Amino acid sequence: MAVISYIQAVTQALKEEMKRDEKVFVLGEDVGKRGGVFRATDGLYDEFGEDRVLDTPLAESAIAGVGIGAAMYGMRPVAEMQFADFIMPAVNQIISEAAKIRYRSNNDWSAPITIRAPYGGGVHGALYHSQSVEAVFANQPGLKIVMPSTPYDVKGLLKASIRDNDPVLFFEHKRAYRLIKGEVPDEDYTLPIGKADVKREGSDITVITYGLCVHFALQAAEKLAEEGIDAHILDLRTVYPLDKEGIIEAASKTGKVLLVTEDNKEGGIISEVSAIISENCLFDLDAPVQRLAGPDIPSMPYAPTMEKHFMMNPDKVEKAMRDLAEF
Amino acid sequence: MGLEKINMPQLGESVTEGTISTWLVQPGDQVNKYDPIAEVMTDKVNAEVPSSFSGVIKELVASEGDTIEVGELMCYIEIEGAGSAEEPEKEENKQAPAQETPVAEEKPSAASTKPEKKQDKGNKKRYSPAVMTLAQEHDIDLNQVDGSGRGGRITRKDIEKIIASGDIPKAGEEKAEAPAEQPVQAEQKAAPTPGSSPQTPNVQAGEGDIEIPVTGVRKAIAANMVKSKTEIPHAWMMVEVDVTNLVELRNAKKNQFKQQEGFSLTYFAFFVKAVAQALKEYPQLNSMWAGEKIIQRKAINLNIAVAKDDQLFVPVIKDADEKSIKGIAKDITDLANKARQGKLTSKDMEGGTFTVNNTGSFGSVQSMGVINHPQAAILQVESIVKKPVYQNGMFGARDMVNLCLSLDHRVLDGLVAGNFLARVKEILEKMSEDNTSVY
Repeated sequence: MAVISYIQAVTQALKEEMKRDEKVFVLGEDVGKRGGVFRATDGLYDEFGEDRVLDTPLAESAIAGVGIGAAMYGMRPVAEMQFADFIMPAVNQIISEAAKIRYRSNNDWSAPITIRAPYGGGVHGALYHSQSVEAVFANQPGLKIVMPSTPYDVKGLLKASIRDNDPVLFFEHKRAYRLIKGEVPDEDYTLPIGKADVKREGSDITVITYGLCVHFALQAAEKLAEEGIDAHILDLRTVYPLDKEGIIEAASKTGKVLLVTEDNKEGGIISEVSAIISENCLFDLDAPVQRLAGPDIPSMPYAPTMEKHFMMNPDKVEKAMRDLAEF
Repeated sequence: MGLEKINMPQLGESVTEGTISTWLVQPGDQVNKYDPIAEVMTDKVNAEVPSSFSGVIKELVASEGDTIEVGELMCYIEIEGAGSAEEPEKEENKQAPAQETPVAEEKPSAASTKPEKKQDKGNKKRYSPAVMTLAQEHDIDLNQVDGSGRGGRITRKDIEKIIASGDIPKAGEEKAEAPAEQPVQAEQKAAPTPGSSPQTPNVQAGEGDIEIPVTGVRKAIAANMVKSKTEIPHAWMMVEVDVTNLVELRNAKKNQFKQQEGFSLTYFAFFVKAVAQALKEYPQLNSMWAGEKIIQRKAINLNIAVAKDDQLFVPVIKDADEKSIKGIAKDITDLANKARQGKLTSKDMEGGTFTVNNTGSFGSVQSMGVINHPQAAILQVESIVKKPVYQNGMFGARDMVNLCLSLDHRVLDGLVAGNFLARVKEILEKMSEDNTSVY
């Protein structure tokens, strides 16, 4: 098994899917010759040509709209939003069209599109290059939202998203792109969408999170293990719809649950996770369900001190985990 | 002179590390702030790293070809002039731990901290749903469990450990516990005695208030009243009775009676007699609730309420239906005397089937009695009051009395209770010198 970076897993998945199925094509801003501003589509233009790797105008609603139209006609588009922050002009296309077409047409039509977008902060990106936008889409039945944390999950889930017969939003943490490396099998594989994954077994506290925060939690867990605190870590991987069984199982295991996200606190994915736990796990709970999240501030500021205050990091997670363990 | 670090800068939004392709300076080189010192290659860009200071390159920590994380050390630079950043910084570094030491020392002498923690048992009785569930499932007495959580809270893990160990502390078989907790336990156990409500109200006595311990008869009264009021669904009814003739009867006989018999002929004896007679006709009232069934008593044994200071006794007039008014009056006198002298025996108290309460002796004109558990009803005989009553086309002064009945609605309904009361009323209103003998 080769050790590759998070972004290499994206590129590999795209490449392999484009080879496997000629209906798969990529479109987005600078994804062609330039290979994407993060280099996620690096080499695809040379290998597959301009007909399958489309540079688009700076118009996200068009990127989504063209992709949805192509998907409804049987293609398998993978649209890239250069930053998740820029997805807003495409929200109408995604929510009004992609999410609803199967239901609205009584199964006559569907939109098997994958929309990739780098999200998240901690890269001095300031307001419009740091946001987490998953909560905007996380109450739209018809959509799926995948937010992987490791190269292995990225590759398996991106392939599954492309092969999925309905629209999938695939959010990649931009700071994880080159920070996170991991083993990925050489052979073709997919991972199930809608299934959470236990990243660490433990018996004292349960941390449920997703994306880059999974790594913060894992790092904190290693430190806390030296103090005798044994953390169980569940990676949601798919944040909509949520893996209720996985969440209930993980929460019930220790009865002390910490939910972590770098998104704003109120109304986020973890709030829904908290609701699932309180609906199902009352008699297993040993402590109030805790949420650790970004402040309810419009976006991550540019000033390093302010960014640090907003952004999640292993220290914040460790502190919250210890606090819960001691409860 | 001072030594400064130059670290790998952030060279792009997703860049977390960079590889040094070429050093543009060597140790000993003089550089100005913003002069390029190295070429760095990342996945996204190739860039020159500028110097953050003016000074002399001291040492290149990273070699060409090394990949360095953002924020990690690349090289040292010695800066001129005011600088001398190194010394004060180091001193600060030294001072800082020095300052921290006393704090740190306080912590390790956790000998003092830890017991303090142990003493803080504020959360000992804050049970989480998980702890409650496990304790109930495994019948664990939580009073005997030590908590390892914050503030002495018992955690789910504490309970799981106990279950795994198999050494489960059950209620009753007390372990030798931290003495500090004994009083709490004792209080808690005392609380749910019969009588007091399940949760003892948290009422504190203020300055000048008098605290009276609840003991003996008071405690028994409290327990009985709570039992009656919480268990029996009470219903109430009242009739007004014209006892003008009875008053005349009694007034005519009382002096002579007292002389002959040596005790008073009270109104109450007449009422008890009437009740006993009516009970014979309406045995439904002379019954008790026994869960799956209702037991109608054959014997008519009437409890009467006798108060003494702060105590209340309900001795029994046995077989009241077989006794004359005189016999009843004698029993009443005897029982009341015994009660006042504290000579009532348990035999005097046993076997009551119905209770008649002489509330009128306090001047009461209306009251709602609490049923003497497990009987089915209680009758309150109120004060006899002279009232103008419209009768036979004119107003006249009549002696009126209210009879208030509390009934167990599980056993009795309004119809039978009403019929019973009507019958008592009828008997009383017919009592007169012409047709009633006290013997």
